[in-house]
Amino acid sequence: MSLSIDDVRRIAHLARIRVGEDEAVQYQSQLNGVFDLIARMQAVDTAGVAPMAHARDLFQRLRADAVTEPNRREAFQAVAPQVAGGFYLVPKVIE
Amino acid sequence: MQWETVIGLEVHTQLTTKSKIFSGASTAFGAEPNSQACGIDVALPGVLPVLNRGAVECAIRFGLAIGGKLNRVNVFDRKNYFYPDLPKGYQISQFETPIVEGGALTIQVGDREKTIRLTRAHLEEDAGKSLHEGFHGMTGIDLNRAGTPLLEIVSEPDMGSATEAVAYAKALHGLVTWIGTCDGNMQEGSFRCDANVSVRRPGEPLGTRREIKNLNSFRFLEQAINYEVRWQIGEIEDGRAIQQATVLFDSDSGETRMMRTKEDAHDYRYFPDPDLLPVKLDEDWIEQVRATMPELPQARRARYQTEFGLSAYDAGALTGSHVLSDYFEAVVASLPKADPKLVANWVMGELSAALNKAELGLAESPITAIMLTKLLGRIQDGTLSGKLAKQVFEVMWTEGGEPDAIIAAKGLKQMSDSGEVERIIDEVLAANAKSVEEFRAGKDKAFNALVGQVMKATKGKANPAQVNDLLRAKLTG
Repeated sequence: MSLSIDDVRRIAHLARIRVGEDEAVQYQSQLNGVFDLIARMQAVDTAGVAPMAHARDLFQRLRADAVTEPNRREAFQAVAPQVAGGFYLVPKVIE
Repeated sequence: MQWETVIGLEVHTQLTTKSKIFSGASTAFGAEPNSQACGIDVALPGVLPVLNRGAVECAIRFGLAIGGKLNRVNVFDRKNYFYPDLPKGYQISQFETPIVEGGALTIQVGDREKTIRLTRAHLEEDAGKSLHEGFHGMTGIDLNRAGTPLLEIVSEPDMGSATEAVAYAKALHGLVTWIGTCDGNMQEGSFRCDANVSVRRPGEPLGTRREIKNLNSFRFLEQAINYEVRWQIGEIEDGRAIQQATVLFDSDSGETRMMRTKEDAHDYRYFPDPDLLPVKLDEDWIEQVRATMPELPQARRARYQTEFGLSAYDAGALTGSHVLSDYFEAVVASLPKADPKLVANWVMGELSAALNKAELGLAESPITAIMLTKLLGRIQDGTLSGKLAKQVFEVMWTEGGEPDAIIAAKGLKQMSDSGEVERIIDEVLAANAKSVEEFRAGKDKAFNALVGQVMKATKGKANPAQVNDLLRAKLTG
């Protein structure tokens, strides 16, 4: 698989990372290097091997359904850029 | 030209846990903004999610209730997108390996049953809420809802009309509240529907679908689908192709409008969340949950037909919610003489009508199951005719009080003294000589007129069957 420069721009946009023209060319070649590596791994026969969802061969531990967190709004909002009436404020977004 | 409608629903049900799916913050509705959003919910750097056992258990209950396959190992994934009500930049959801796959739900459309297949049900976290008004050109974010556990239930495109879609949504609503995994409160957003709608000519492959987002009432679901179907047919008949898109329903105009097309649809770049290990459901746990399952609506519906002799329609209506079904059974069980049909008629007739009119739920009914039992008992022992019982019901509803006290106070007792009834009949016969003559001349209508006169003279308190018998005896004797 080979990424086009447009693929790189699209991924950068989806990840909300600003990437300049020169950088895009550089990332294109670096990402293609990663994809080459993946292509080599995909050549391995994995028929009959269950896919792993996690690198550790363990299962999730669960917590009991209980309210354990106190209200720490004041502490959290002290470091927020802008708040009003208990809300976090962000630049206006409407779909 | 004939058209076929194809509908599939995705329903987000908020689970009834006390705490969030990945944090110990409270899920209680209506709290001060951001007072129930802890470090995990606001996505402080370095925090880690810890899965709530209660949320997983709700999903197991649902999977058992619909006869689905419970994936013994299931996986949480990250669904990546940017929106301020989702501070992590991704929603934790389940993509490739959801907790529940398959299963089915039987719905009732008129007196016909139809089975709707389910595709899957997966656990995920809800996002926060955005308020776009009142912040001087800014958007206010409340993260109390962020991290609230949801079970998203996805159906196959098995519904062929808005009516069927609503029947399915109601059946699903009935089921999740029945098994206690969701409180079903649609005003508070605990049960939200997205409808995938397409049209095609019979026999042709599926048409292109548009998805109507966030329908939070059965009425809006029906209106939105009906509008969307008409719109799509109009477009195709005018020679335009349908483009895959997400649309919103405007309940004021009754129209759907485009939110985004497929071209700018999100690319969510799902991948397994490295912060969460796969979830294992062991057999012991599943069996423990199974042991706590109530008798399900489908089973009750069948039992009402075989054991109580009710029609499929009555049985379906009475098992629409757990509260209604329990109320019905409580009255049936405590009546002196078993008569499920009488109870069914009253519960679905007078009681439902009064509740609808007052816009009350059964839980808020001023007439409890015990009170209704007492009233119906008075029909069974002959104290009240059906008509008088309705008058007593009316007083119980508006003024409250015990049926017996109301019967005594308002003098609504049915006349059972046949001497008294006979005296009134004699008076009526004397005053209506013409009708008597007509009857003797062979006019049956005249007989009914006489019965009517007697009922009127007794202010409806005579037993109509008794009046009939006595009157006929007198006229022909």
